[in-house]
Amino acid sequence: MNSAHRLLAAAGLLAMAACGGGEGGEVVNVYSHRHYEADQMLFDRFTEETGIEVNVVTASADELITRLENEGEASPADILITVDAGRLHRAKERGLLQSVSSPVLEANVPDHLRDRDGQWWGLTQRARVIAFHRERVDSTELSTYEALAEPQWEGRVLIRSSENVYNQSLMASIVAHDGEEAATEWAEGMVANMAREPSGGDTDQVMAVAAGAGDVAVVNTYYVARLAESENADERRVAEQIGIFFPNQGDRGTHVNVSGAGVTAHSANVENAVALLEFLTSPAAQEVFAEVIHEYPVHPDVPWSETLQGWGEFRADELDLTVLGEMNDAAVRIFDRAGWR
Amino acid sequence: MEVTLPRNWRLAVRSLPWGWTAVSLVLVTLLAIPVVTIPVGALAPAGEAWQHVSETLLPSYLGNTLFLTVVSGGIALVLGAGTAWLVAMCDFPGRRFFRWALVLPLAVPAYMAAYVYAGMVGVTGPLQRMVRAWVPGMGDTFFYWNVMRIEVVAVLFGVVLFPYVYLPVRALLESRAGPTLEAARVLGRGHASVFWSVGLPLARPALAGGLALVLMEVVNDYGAVKYYGVPTFTTGIFRAWFSLGDLDSAVRLSAILMLVVLVFLLAERWQRGKARYAAPGAPGRATPYPLRGPSALAAFAFCTLPVALGFLIPVAQLVMWAVRTAPEVVDARFLGMAANSLALAGAAGLLAVAVALVLSYTSRLDRTEITRSASRVALLGYSVPGAVIAVGVLMVSTFLDGVLGGGVRLVLTGTTIALVAAYVVRFLAVAYLPVEAGLERIGTNLTEASRMLGARPLRTLLGIEVPLLKGTLVAAGTLVVIDVLKELPLTLILRPFNFDTLATRAFQLASDEQIAESAPAALLVILCATVVVAVLHRTLDGKPDFGR
Repeated sequence: MNSAHRLLAAAGLLAMAACGGGEGGEVVNVYSHRHYEADQMLFDRFTEETGIEVNVVTASADELITRLENEGEASPADILITVDAGRLHRAKERGLLQSVSSPVLEANVPDHLRDRDGQWWGLTQRARVIAFHRERVDSTELSTYEALAEPQWEGRVLIRSSENVYNQSLMASIVAHDGEEAATEWAEGMVANMAREPSGGDTDQVMAVAAGAGDVAVVNTYYVARLAESENADERRVAEQIGIFFPNQGDRGTHVNVSGAGVTAHSANVENAVALLEFLTSPAAQEVFAEVIHEYPVHPDVPWSETLQGWGEFRADELDLTVLGEMNDAAVRIFDRAGWR
Repeated sequence: MEVTLPRNWRLAVRSLPWGWTAVSLVLVTLLAIPVVTIPVGALAPAGEAWQHVSETLLPSYLGNTLFLTVVSGGIALVLGAGTAWLVAMCDFPGRRFFRWALVLPLAVPAYMAAYVYAGMVGVTGPLQRMVRAWVPGMGDTFFYWNVMRIEVVAVLFGVVLFPYVYLPVRALLESRAGPTLEAARVLGRGHASVFWSVGLPLARPALAGGLALVLMEVVNDYGAVKYYGVPTFTTGIFRAWFSLGDLDSAVRLSAILMLVVLVFLLAERWQRGKARYAAPGAPGRATPYPLRGPSALAAFAFCTLPVALGFLIPVAQLVMWAVRTAPEVVDARFLGMAANSLALAGAAGLLAVAVALVLSYTSRLDRTEITRSASRVALLGYSVPGAVIAVGVLMVSTFLDGVLGGGVRLVLTGTTIALVAAYVVRFLAVAYLPVEAGLERIGTNLTEASRMLGARPLRTLLGIEVPLLKGTLVAAGTLVVIDVLKELPLTLILRPFNFDTLATRAFQLASDEQIAESAPAALLVILCATVVVAVLHRTLDGKPDFGR
């Protein structure tokens, strides 16, 4: 009987844990793919300023979207945050988001970084660039993403797996600009030029360039910024060897994606949710994104961090980000056919 | 102790009232729904997306998964059986230390080992730093060793999972194989010959049981293969489901994976069936065979290798990182996360053992084909990647919420109750297999005597089987606890708001490419699991029934 008692006690404890917290006061419930310390810091500051409590579940956007779908009308979530516009578009298509409008949001987020129906709003921008070894590569050799598939780069290109959503969106943008056929040829050329089978994250690609496994890597800028400002001397030395090149400046501009958020279709706290979005896109919060995480702010008036300024201004691809979602499926199939793991 | 009833007494009682069968069938149904909703979909006609998946991806999924199971399984067998034999049958320096140290790698999640090794040999890792510091002329050279490859993943799985083989084989050799092996030795067989011709065949059921667990863990891993860029069935299921948005293809891949695991489970059963009639004779252990000189050194090295690779090295590296990052990462929330991890794991362990006991008891005493096959179905959760089960559990819990909360309120979804239920669906097999084996070992005579004397089945279970199986039950529960402590995808998807466990914390930092920052949480996972492993080890000592 002893173990039965213990079982009951454990169940009781869990039930208490399950029910505790969040009763009564104003709340906003967030499903987020972003798991940065800085985000939590901003949520805490929002609670301080407004008295609205922020509850968070973090997991990958795909998983959170599945959870939202299953929970349906009863879902407690008010906001979905993802790290890619494609996933926001998917959530919109599945009827998981709702349109909201607010003069503050419209002033904070430029047109091309938000959904035309107000269903999602960009929070930060991420540029996917070419990181190159300063000694082994002359920046004049670099021009476009497309050019990395040319034979001169054979065995020199590092890029992570096609499981990764940043690569999927980059490919989606290439499909949108160049067409499926050209995109397929590009994927095949890239696979032929890879210095190794794709493995690891963006940071691993940068490290591998420093270590001589390859000469160029396609990565998001903030990973390099993080190395440059690391407390670890070796990581700073890695960053010193790396140059950042913004591709496609002569034509459409460098591929830029957003990390963004939308209010859920069945939110019970729409006002609080909009207040949180307004806060996250306000200059004060945008500065934190720029300074701490080294993402590019969406707010046009917010200054870039020193590291970001050091890499200079660039022309960003102004492709409607919705297209990244629409072309995602085609992109993944092209990766598979080309044998890009 | 042995009570023997006349053979015809058995016919006098139907062993079990129908209520038990009903309860057990309801349990099985609850456990199976989240798992079975998935393959049922596989019967739908194939869509165009499946054609794409089967043409472009399936061959590499099959190839890689096959490679991983064969190589990791092989390594786990060689290490597990080899070390168990050395520790149980031989005497060499360090044997007493290795006897328990060989269990430790079980505390290290495979995905953490994968992150650690990649970080260690990287340009900022300690190996390269040592080279730069000590090798003249290398002062500021970075160089490149590629460890992120399938061969390395396979070895990592082997060295962290081999204790699943080591434990039951050692238990069997120490407890029940002694006299037979000694007889073989007395009859003039050499040490090696005893191992190959007597020891291995004796240990075969224990080997098969351990191997089945290893292989199921291998085909289910997501973290390590994803980070190293090795496409397997689990990564494929996610790709089909989420990236291609094609549930059908995901379902088909899951169904294939389940089929593979079903084969493991059946093979394990078949092995056990064969062993039953060759049951080892009188219990007792053999006098250890002393090893000297080179062979003692070889034994020492053979045992050191897996302990070092699977535990000491990753832990040492994590400690190095943790020393650097702990001041900024560790705060008051850590205590809460540790409490969450332990509470969830404890609850899931208790519940899984209780369910396993009811199911295996029913299926043993009821002896109808339906309860027997039903209990096998309940084990399938172990074959399905955590995130797939999570979605199955979501479907069930939101359906129940619709009934309980009228569609406006979630009663179960997003609570720790749903999470614990999901763990039981996922890890029941880990508790069920040893409990079933334990019940088989104690036989039915005592049960039948108790029933004949008028005790009801529940009283019999609590009065006879539970006390006799105490060690096995604790061992089964702790295995589940260890698995839940390390678990990721289920926890990530199903957890309540503002709810972190040590594993989710470590994973989030690691997936944000902040490996060093993830070290304190990772270490704490390993520490908790190590304590539980120690409990498991103490329990198994003197409770040899675990090895069946």
